[in-house]
Amino acid sequence: MTQAIGTSTGQPLALPEGIQGIVADWSSDQRAFKNVPWGKAMMWIFLLSDTFIFSCFLISYMTVRMSTTEPWPNPSEVFGLELFGKSIPLLLIAIMTFVLISSSGTMAMAVKFGYEKNRKMTFILLLCTAALGATFVGMQAFEWTKLILHEGIRPWGNPLGAAQFGSVFFMITGFHGTHVSIGVIFLLITATKVIRGDLDHERPGFMTGRKGKYEIVEIMGLYWHFVDLVWVFIFAVFYLW
Amino acid sequence: MAAHVEGQQHPIGIYLKIWGLLFVLSTASYLVDYFHFQGYLRWFLIILFMLLKAGLIVAVFMHMLWERLALMYAILVPTVLLMVLLGIGALEADYTFLTRGVFFLKGLF
Repeated sequence: MTQAIGTSTGQPLALPEGIQGIVADWSSDQRAFKNVPWGKAMMWIFLLSDTFIFSCFLISYMTVRMSTTEPWPNPSEVFGLELFGKSIPLLLIAIMTFVLISSSGTMAMAVKFGYEKNRKMTFILLLCTAALGATFVGMQAFEWTKLILHEGIRPWGNPLGAAQFGSVFFMITGFHGTHVSIGVIFLLITATKVIRGDLDHERPGFMTGRKGKYEIVEIMGLYWHFVDLVWVFIFAVFYLW
Repeated sequence: MAAHVEGQQHPIGIYLKIWGLLFVLSTASYLVDYFHFQGYLRWFLIILFMLLKAGLIVAVFMHMLWERLALMYAILVPTVLLMVLLGIGALEADYTFLTRGVFFLKGLF
């Protein structure tokens, strides 16, 4: 797929592909990310920095877990749910995973309908995403309550084994939950902008004064998918280890 | 692609397919725990499913597949550096475990 970029003379300029394309893009004495709105490029760079933050948490968790001489509480049992008198391992976490993946699915479709300027569908899908995100946070609150009140897990110790379990758990899931909560707020703001037609009329945002465009739905989507992405890693290394 | 279309536009089917695939992979990784796979098999499966899910989300949902290489490399290459941190963390953890064993738990070795 050859890409081209608009020029002032009206003749679109073909962009080279492959390694040559990288060199040409970066050495063009212009913006390096061709055909990418700067808001989107900035969101990617923010997400890269957030990747490093979450990686620091997860790698510290690995270090702490590998170096403890106390037995680590079994997540499969700690996060199990009693259902119909039977204990099912990790059930709550599995449901949370499916909820978050579904919210990613609706978000991806919201981006698609946004670029098609289908206001109603974008609005509905953004609301679905926000609702699923809120459900996720609600389930996380339930999980925390269960752990704090019934299992006696504290950041400084717990009756099940290694004291580091609590501190790592509250730190990592708390930071992720904060990301989800912020995401839900911004999803609602974006949904409001979409349904009011701010993006069709290019009405400036109330804080930035930038013209409203449907690319903000995609930028919102990048953030939201990232939150889902982080959960994939937390699910694998914290709950399944 | 001379006629410039605004932003990223792809048929809805691809999102639904990836969504389904993510459900399958999540179920698979849940089943790894459910059936109590242990040892290297467990690790292999967990990391495989994790990386597949992460790849699908970044490539399709976040549209990285359709971005130019300049952006792709700028975002994805730095994350490789994290492998170094991972290695340092593992080395340090093994060493800490060893010294804890030697000094605090005489019975461990």
